[in-house]
Amino acid sequence: MKVLLSILRELADLPADPDTVATAMNSLGMAVESMDTVGVPVPGVVTARIVRTEKHPDAAKVTRCWVDAGDGTERHVWCGATNMGPGDVVPLATLGTVMPDGREISRRGILGIDSEGMLCSPVELGISDEASGLLIMEQGTPLGRDPFEVLGIEHDTVFDLDLTRNRPDCWGHLGVARDLAAHFGTALRGPALSVEPQEPSRTVPVTISATDRCGMFSAAVVSGVVVGPSPAWVASRLAHLGMRSINNVVDASNLVMLELNQPNHAYDHDVTRGFDIRLAREGESMRTLDGTERRLTADDLLICDIASGEPVGLAGIMGGLESEVTASTREVALEMAWFAPDPVRHSVNRHNLRSEASVRFERGVDPDGVAVAMRRFVTILRETCPSAVLHSGMGVAESGSRPRPSTVRVRTSRVARTLGISPDGPRIAELIAPIGFDVVPVEGGADVTVPTFRPDCTEEIDIIEEIARHHGYDALGKSVPKSAVHGRLSTMQQRRRILRRVLVGLGLDEVMPMPFLAPGALSGAGLGEDDVLVIANPLVAEEAVLRTSLRPGLLGSVRYNQSHRAPRIGLWEIGHVYPRGTGVLPDESEQLGVVVAGGDAALALSQWAALCDALGVGAQLDQSRVPAGLHPTRSASLTRGKKVIGVVGEVDPVVLDALGIEGRVSILEVDLTTVLNEDPKPAQARDINRFPSSDIDMAFVLADDVPAQNLQRALRQAAGKRLVSIDLFDTYRGPGVAEGARSLAFRMRLQESGGTLTDAAIAEVQEACRVAAEKAGARLRS
Amino acid sequence: MSGSISEQQAVIEAAVKEATALISVAPDAASIRTAVNAATGKKGTLAAVKSGLGRVTDLELRKTLGQAVNEAIEAVERAATAREQTVKREAFAGAIAADRVDMSELALRTGGRRGRMHLVTQATERLEDVFVGLGFRVAEGPEVETDFHNFEALNMPPSHPARSMWDTLFVDQDPQGSVVLRTHTSPVQIRVMQEWPPPIYAVMPGRVFRKETPDATHMPVFYQIEGLVVDRNITFADLAGTIEAFTKAFFGEGFTSRLRPSYFPFTEPSAEFDIRRHDGSWIELGGCGMVHPRVLAAAGLDPEEWGGFAFGFGIDRMAKERHGVEDIREMYSNDVRFMEQFS
Repeated sequence: MKVLLSILRELADLPADPDTVATAMNSLGMAVESMDTVGVPVPGVVTARIVRTEKHPDAAKVTRCWVDAGDGTERHVWCGATNMGPGDVVPLATLGTVMPDGREISRRGILGIDSEGMLCSPVELGISDEASGLLIMEQGTPLGRDPFEVLGIEHDTVFDLDLTRNRPDCWGHLGVARDLAAHFGTALRGPALSVEPQEPSRTVPVTISATDRCGMFSAAVVSGVVVGPSPAWVASRLAHLGMRSINNVVDASNLVMLELNQPNHAYDHDVTRGFDIRLAREGESMRTLDGTERRLTADDLLICDIASGEPVGLAGIMGGLESEVTASTREVALEMAWFAPDPVRHSVNRHNLRSEASVRFERGVDPDGVAVAMRRFVTILRETCPSAVLHSGMGVAESGSRPRPSTVRVRTSRVARTLGISPDGPRIAELIAPIGFDVVPVEGGADVTVPTFRPDCTEEIDIIEEIARHHGYDALGKSVPKSAVHGRLSTMQQRRRILRRVLVGLGLDEVMPMPFLAPGALSGAGLGEDDVLVIANPLVAEEAVLRTSLRPGLLGSVRYNQSHRAPRIGLWEIGHVYPRGTGVLPDESEQLGVVVAGGDAALALSQWAALCDALGVGAQLDQSRVPAGLHPTRSASLTRGKKVIGVVGEVDPVVLDALGIEGRVSILEVDLTTVLNEDPKPAQARDINRFPSSDIDMAFVLADDVPAQNLQRALRQAAGKRLVSIDLFDTYRGPGVAEGARSLAFRMRLQESGGTLTDAAIAEVQEACRVAAEKAGARLRS
Repeated sequence: MSGSISEQQAVIEAAVKEATALISVAPDAASIRTAVNAATGKKGTLAAVKSGLGRVTDLELRKTLGQAVNEAIEAVERAATAREQTVKREAFAGAIAADRVDMSELALRTGGRRGRMHLVTQATERLEDVFVGLGFRVAEGPEVETDFHNFEALNMPPSHPARSMWDTLFVDQDPQGSVVLRTHTSPVQIRVMQEWPPPIYAVMPGRVFRKETPDATHMPVFYQIEGLVVDRNITFADLAGTIEAFTKAFFGEGFTSRLRPSYFPFTEPSAEFDIRRHDGSWIELGGCGMVHPRVLAAAGLDPEEWGGFAFGFGIDRMAKERHGVEDIREMYSNDVRFMEQFS
């Protein structure tokens, strides 16, 4: 919301220094997004009349203009605008003028023909944002004069405020000025009024049919209207505030809205004689001021002509095209109302039609501010039509939904518990009476009556916030609570950090792909899509599916980096997946995924081994259950009993081919809800066995389709208590070993717990191992 | 025993001389031992002299000769030991010279590097550490949330206008609108208040979602951290003091903070908090405020007994500022070339 320092200073006694005012606004919660000085005259710019124009055959986009700046010399100027013609009075920046943007006007010519200055648009002079053409001034404007002076443009400061939802009152200058006046301890004057309602009384019939949607509707007759241009200061202020000047009636209406946060509408009273406020009928339509035919629903509120029942305005949003003020309008019915905010917002969203009025109605306007706003409208209008009369007998209808001042009890004890200060009733009054709250001190606090322009304040805590704002946040001090709680990471969080460090220690980079997938991305990675959830309103259709696996994102990252010829691609992600659950929420869980381009199953297994070692966890390897999307003969499930907690191996080459990924990709996926939530007990120290140990090597021939782990398990059992360690140290295929089988060589370290190992004991172990291996389908190699 | 004493002594000296000469040129440990044995071994010259001592009758003379033989044997052993050390040293020197590598060549060829944690993860861990130091625990919660936890319990009943402050992504599930991708980590605050007995000092880092088109400063998926304190006798000054303590702990002693009035449905009074840099400029960091009594009540706490404050800000922003990342989309490109820049 833009506010002008000049208007604020008319409404209240405020400092002239813009920085001081900006600092105060920030400290009151009206965040100053930007602050611009406007209307600063540009020395060297003068009014000039275009004498004649001419097109140059070789310069299609520019026009040659000869101008008269009133000093008797005719100047030649090149001009790129198209909205001017002979006789128009426009601003001329003469040679040597330094424009507001810093550039200096020089003789820079075109086609070897000099330009003796530049004709200016409003934006170039910093008058408004209008950039569509030259600033054309009234005929008869004296020549050679400062256009700022001629136009009555004030030197001013525009603040662009980022207003919060809880301050509807600040959508008018009056609300901003009220807060500032309270802050500076100065007087709030309010708007200048030179008009009273007067006889003869002219009433406008008004009925409210939709009583829960319209709390108050008033319409006053203003006669003696002559539609024409606005005074320069009105047009200038509107321009500074980002609105275009239309005519004196529309401009007065807009300025009242901007000054007092009182949106209003001037109907041609000859066209509209009275009003009924009713809900639209489903399928009914009307044409709004912007010329659009709008189909309405039964939830849209309409302002209708009381006689015909036809809509003349979409309530709170925009007037109708037919009842607009025209050049021939002599009398207006000036409407001001209060509409229920939420439904206005819903209508705005339904019609995608936002207006300066709707922004205010959907936040809440002040039904008690109408009388002053009506007088202000006519006060402004009188400057250009002295004959304008505000007639008494304004038509007013009210309903039960009209906001009324409400009273809230504020306890000093509660203020103290929240803010750490203990203002009594009189002190509360000192702080918030200046912003319009009626404070009656009571024992232990105050009864605070909230004005209708502050609909955000409905309960005690709201008033406490106002007390805090006007006491000053900075003045509330800084302390640190004495916490009885010890800060720490949970075991799970600590273990997650260990996991991250193991992964980076393995040389792997963490990635964070989007958790949204395109439909089909999961099946493209060889995974099912039956259990997916989709987003109802995705940004783009390609990001509509909530992932149930990290794999598509990781493989996408592999492909991306491969396409950019990254030398080494080893990636991991720890993140949530969101498969459909049985309850309201998805069956969300935290997963780890690791992929390495060019990595094989052995690499994935070594990564898993490193994680197990670091976290003190483990799982069985089950190659009989090939996980979906993985290499059918080079992968396995990680299982705990019947539960699958992860997969390890390589990605299915068919999947990789479809994704355009070259070479093997190793993969490790682990469900972290299982692994991280375990907290293995600290290992307990054991005595080191100091008796001599002996190593024996035994090689067995085992069919390829029997897992080596079966044989190792058999050997381990057979060796019994004497076994210290067992390692598979060699695998051999080739001459001497049958086709479809391999030789597996194990080294076993044996030791007695209570003495020296005897040759007989070693022989006993060897025999037991041979027998056990045979049972497991392995034959001892001799 | 034949010959005079002087002859005997000459024999001893000659034996020593011969042995030391042989030892001094012996190329290895074995030839040193051969030379030693030739002088001192069972069949050696010195052994012969020694075995003849028994026939020397003059006791004084026997003693003198015996001493001379022993000294000769020691001299030979000394020479051998010295030579052995020399030979060993020379052998090492040769092997070491042959073992030479160009260390810079090895350095150039060593490809090993540690992996990288994502900048957001790094920032999250740093923030967690600071808050743990300030006495906070770390809470986590689901990223897909109920409308109740994401909005309603946070003092935003259905169709509350403030809901439009967040562009929300909804899960397509009946009843429509009942499940959302959380727009902030505030629902974790509700869960913590429901599940942990007060007093509560907790921060909630995590992934959040908004329906926003990606640009240099916005992503539809990003990360924020919120803090929640619920205790008895918690005032606005505690909020301001905690923000200040965090500012100094995270950014450095030279930094200060300020609070400006603002509005959030779930806190009142609410504030924006800014951090003042060394150069005196301010950066807007996040929002905060006293937990709204309705939020406490929605989470099952009596607002007349318990009070508290909450704050929150973006983690991505911290990472972006720290590493001078111009475009936030770079951080989520998952491009190894981008990641390699940061250790």
